[in-house]
Amino acid sequence: MSDTSLHSISRSAEPELKDYFALLKPRVMSLVVFTALVGLLVAPVPVHPFIVFTSVLFIAIGGGASGALNMWWDADIDRIMRRTAKRPIPAGKVSEGEALGLGLALSGLAVMMLALASNLVAAGLLAFTIFFYVVVYTMWLKRWTPQNIVIGGAAGAFPPMIGWAVATGGVSIESVLMFALIFIWTPPHFWALALFMKSDYDDAGVPMLTVTHGHDTTRKHILAYTVLLAICSLALAFTSIGGPVYLIAAVVLNFRFLVGAWKIYKRTTPQAEADVYGAEKRFFKLSLWYLFLHFTALLADATLRAFGLLGGWG
Amino acid sequence: MIRATHELHDRRWGRNFGLGLILLAFVAIVFGMTIVKVGKGEDVLGTGMVNQEAGQ
Repeated sequence: MSDTSLHSISRSAEPELKDYFALLKPRVMSLVVFTALVGLLVAPVPVHPFIVFTSVLFIAIGGGASGALNMWWDADIDRIMRRTAKRPIPAGKVSEGEALGLGLALSGLAVMMLALASNLVAAGLLAFTIFFYVVVYTMWLKRWTPQNIVIGGAAGAFPPMIGWAVATGGVSIESVLMFALIFIWTPPHFWALALFMKSDYDDAGVPMLTVTHGHDTTRKHILAYTVLLAICSLALAFTSIGGPVYLIAAVVLNFRFLVGAWKIYKRTTPQAEADVYGAEKRFFKLSLWYLFLHFTALLADATLRAFGLLGGWG
Repeated sequence: MIRATHELHDRRWGRNFGLGLILLAFVAIVFGMTIVKVGKGEDVLGTGMVNQEAGQ
């Protein structure tokens, strides 16, 4: 690079390391790390701690890579929406080409390293997750159907299944139910948020259920998914990874979640506006605890089992 | 020759230093993985030599 060009570069054109890190959606990565780790630790096959560390790391990097590819593809709508306007590409810190390059490179690296660290099933599942999130969700369905949140939720639901595959080398009813738990949890979680957040998805041309079908339909959907979620959550309690801690947590959390969904279902928009969407906000906050405590309870039962205490059913 | 350190150089230095640390961490991870795998007697390179040696 010549001296002239070096001095003509504006501050925003020279990205820092943290800008590249922001492309990986660190907040989403934290959920990926936690659920993948639980999926791995509750599996009946012990794994060397260093392999646990590296596997979870590369699952997280794979998740981050799909985030970078998502930002590359969605750069046009990210510029329009207030919530996403500060992301590295719309903010002018990182170019679209760099995001694409980083996403592709890290995707390949993460899948390859996970295959080396664990096995081909886990690596294949990670590769499919990246493909599903980037191609099926981001490129294909996100801007096409108001069920986009449902489909997008599947990508976020894979990490515990990958973690389980790292330990066992396969897929089982336990890992499928862990997948289902996050998959079915995602729509009510996001739709509750969409009810009380003034969203600019409409300006960006992204069909959100609250906009395409209205708030009343969204309320019905939240209740329906919450009922399905309760069934999935309780079913998991009676598998080999369930235990008394999980069962108690699931009963309490699902009862509260169902009550919250019922309240949202019975309300009308004027009623919700009258109390500034109080019930929706409480439901959203509870949804965060719901998922965290479910996976924590699974981990607690696994720990009790490891010490030969009351955890687990046998 | 440019003698004064431009603010741009400082930021690039930070980025390069960070990247260097990441690469070092990557080397350490690959090394650690190799130690663990070889320690467990796994056939890391898929040559079949580990099984042959174990059978001898």
